[in-house]
Amino acid sequence: MTASVVVTGLGVAAPNGLGGQDFWNATLAGKSGIGPLTHFDASGYPARLAGEIGDFTAEGQLPSRLMPQTDRVTRLSLVAADWALADAGVRPAELPEFSMGVSTASSAGGFAFSQHELKNLWSKGSQYVSAYQSFAWFYAVNTGQISIRNGMKGPSGVVVTDQAGGLDAVAQARRQIRKGTSLVVAGAVDALLCSWGWVGLHTSGRLSTAEEPTHAYLPFDDRAAGHVAGEGGALLIMESGDSAKARGARVYGEIAGYAATFDGREPGLRKAVELALADAAVTAADVDVVFADAAAEPELDRVEAEAIAAVFGPHGVPVTAPKTMTGRLYAGGAALDLATAFLALGEDTIPPTVHTEPAERHGLDLVVSQPRAARLRTALVLARGHGGFNSAMVVRR
Amino acid sequence: MSRTFTLDDLKRILLEGSGAPDGTGLEGDILDADFADIGYDSLALLETASRVEREYGIELDETVVGEANTPRALLDAISSHLPAQAA
Amino acid sequence: MSARRVVITGVEVLAPGGVGARKFWELLTEGRTATRGITFFDPSPFRSRVAAEVDFDPYAHGLTPQEVRRMDRAAQFAVVAARGAVADSGLALDGLDPYRIGVTVGTAVGSTMSLDEDYRIVSDDGRLDLVDHTYADPHFYNYFVPSSFAAEVARAVGAQGPSSVVSAGCTSGLDSVGYAAELIREGTADVVVAGATDAPISPITLACFDAIKATTPRNDEPEHASRPFDGTRNGFVLGEGAAVFVLEELDSAQRRGARVYAEIAGYATRSNAYHMTGLRADGGEMAEAITVALDEARMNPTDIDYINAHGSGTKQNDRHETAAFKRSLGDHAYRTPVSSIKSMVGHSLGAIGSIEIAASILAIRNNVVPPTANLHTPDPECDLDYVPLTARDQLVDAVLTVGSGFGGFQSAMVLAQPERSAA
Repeated sequence: MTASVVVTGLGVAAPNGLGGQDFWNATLAGKSGIGPLTHFDASGYPARLAGEIGDFTAEGQLPSRLMPQTDRVTRLSLVAADWALADAGVRPAELPEFSMGVSTASSAGGFAFSQHELKNLWSKGSQYVSAYQSFAWFYAVNTGQISIRNGMKGPSGVVVTDQAGGLDAVAQARRQIRKGTSLVVAGAVDALLCSWGWVGLHTSGRLSTAEEPTHAYLPFDDRAAGHVAGEGGALLIMESGDSAKARGARVYGEIAGYAATFDGREPGLRKAVELALADAAVTAADVDVVFADAAAEPELDRVEAEAIAAVFGPHGVPVTAPKTMTGRLYAGGAALDLATAFLALGEDTIPPTVHTEPAERHGLDLVVSQPRAARLRTALVLARGHGGFNSAMVVRR
Repeated sequence: MSRTFTLDDLKRILLEGSGAPDGTGLEGDILDADFADIGYDSLALLETASRVEREYGIELDETVVGEANTPRALLDAISSHLPAQAA
Repeated sequence: MSARRVVITGVEVLAPGGVGARKFWELLTEGRTATRGITFFDPSPFRSRVAAEVDFDPYAHGLTPQEVRRMDRAAQFAVVAARGAVADSGLALDGLDPYRIGVTVGTAVGSTMSLDEDYRIVSDDGRLDLVDHTYADPHFYNYFVPSSFAAEVARAVGAQGPSSVVSAGCTSGLDSVGYAAELIREGTADVVVAGATDAPISPITLACFDAIKATTPRNDEPEHASRPFDGTRNGFVLGEGAAVFVLEELDSAQRRGARVYAEIAGYATRSNAYHMTGLRADGGEMAEAITVALDEARMNPTDIDYINAHGSGTKQNDRHETAAFKRSLGDHAYRTPVSSIKSMVGHSLGAIGSIEIAASILAIRNNVVPPTANLHTPDPECDLDYVPLTARDQLVDAVLTVGSGFGGFQSAMVLAQPERSAA
């Protein structure tokens, strides 16, 4: 019997809410964070809507010395980590340094920082490139900076699996805790809304070019034609059940099961779900709600709906995609869904999927428009990354 | 025309390239304080040296800059690279 | 239930100086260096103009034009190395349950070369703030997300189990294999194709390492530019390459009569929580990682026959890890040969950890310790046995290999003859 791994703190940075409570209130109210892109002039690009975090300023929350050496994604990550630690009632300085670690995912690093320094390089010359370009853009930067800011010397790392990464980083944190680390800051934040990042996102071929926020990201709908990109994510404080209990921590719930697969001759999502349920030692009937990946691309929607129907039966389980209010946050998206799942478990309320009218052929019991009260004990969170990554995580109150 | 390089120039470039340190930082008499005590690490000094080189069109001797642990030492090192005062 | 043990049964290396594990090992044991003046582009604007480049023709290694177009050079390295490692293992992957086969690929900087090139195109050499999407390479998303490396390898070997990129700066190559070993140990996978790749020799990489004076300006002697532990060293030499392994559970490897290179007996990673690029002189966190890795291997410091060092060729690093070895191994540090293959193949960032694992298992297989090239006048503060210039024949049953990375990462792995590790 392996010891339980629990979540005791949430740090949320989402387009429709900063901080867990703010985000949850917005989500229940169906308040969307999707709107016209403003970080730069997007009028010349096919996609012009995004889920931006509007009112975030790092100044005042982080030391001035960190500003010239951090991309927006790192600032969001550091602040989200601070919030998560505060939410968990943890002061890292009081804990043994080697007992704490950091596990994050990233999809493409600090892209705006990179764009700025590449511009310096090619328009002015190599001597204009910042000393901080040596790490500020790379995929491990958020983990490194969180560990430094909080004095965490335990096992730390970064996994990169595109949009499945948010779950994979949490799964890696669970491994570290099972091997003896007391506390891990885990999850993901992404922020790619600079013009070069925007071009990169377009080349996935999956961005919606709709003009109206209410028509732009419609998973499982016959009108589904791509997604809206957003920025943000969530960091979670994970601890062993025993150590959380020993310090009398409030516990959101447990990471009960997890599995990851890769698409091959057939899509691997269904297998990931089955393996995650087995890992959690639960059956399909035990699952009270599914947080879908919700690609809003017809073929990917079909694959996900079929996997859910195959495991749970047609209309067999409530399904939701609150990311319709934030856009897809890349690696941050799955971590935010995980945080949302814990908030939902705590309040016996399934947050809604907005704007979508689910196609009947998908056979999904999609929770649309309004939150649904339900007795929630176990939730399943699904995430897929570009190229064939599938992850599934079971969380339990 | 030649230029001089003062403590105020150094403070400005430190702030631009590496931000303001916590605590008293750049306030007070810092000429002989250790950069590490003020809150600037070796990376900040490399970034500073690189900005000075760009702005003043000079090339600083790496070893001299690398061994300058205080603002006074760095000012001296930079001044020695600036063209002599024109008549 | 006894714990599942993890062994390496296949290896392939693409390193500067020659593609293939055999050529790699010849270079190391002959003490030759593969560092040279940069040929990929005109390096004249840069302070450091030397690198260790791989002479690599993707078509000669079986990649199709389509594959070459959609993959960055680093992804090409990974796929070629993965196929080579699987072939070397003799394992018929198509006879296994694909969901029990995993993939991990380490990289520090992903598709840096392609990103740099494509930025120039979409920005008109930096003139456009709003870059032009109509000029973007149709395969740009593969460069944009380094996860494409794991996806390419998974497709190439037919894996459908857990697949991911592991990125922790310059310890990525150790952490990727450590992560993979854990997948087998915990029972999630039976086989993992694991390794690391990087191809960072591009103008933006040179520029950022110039800015922090991390790379050597010894441009007049490129073949002697990488000088770990030597008193005259003044920075590392950028490299590129990949190494990929086939990891299996010991019992099943033995049942199929596989050749076992080494067991992954112990692994740990720690962070210095100190500085993104700086290292504390006492080496405390690396020492902690070494101690935990030895504990996991159930081995004592005296069991270690050879230390494959990070040895990047910066003064800060050489002193840091020398301190870490003494702190973790005590007096045994003075009796153990320590060498840095970066003296010969340069520092390929995220890839080098896996390339150094390859050197370590080949040292075990051949009972030879590779040397530290270019080591003529040891730094007096680095007072261990760094195996200068010439390879050494000696019994090698257990190797400690370590890495340090930007971000503060410190990783250590113990590789051993399976019969030498505690059962």
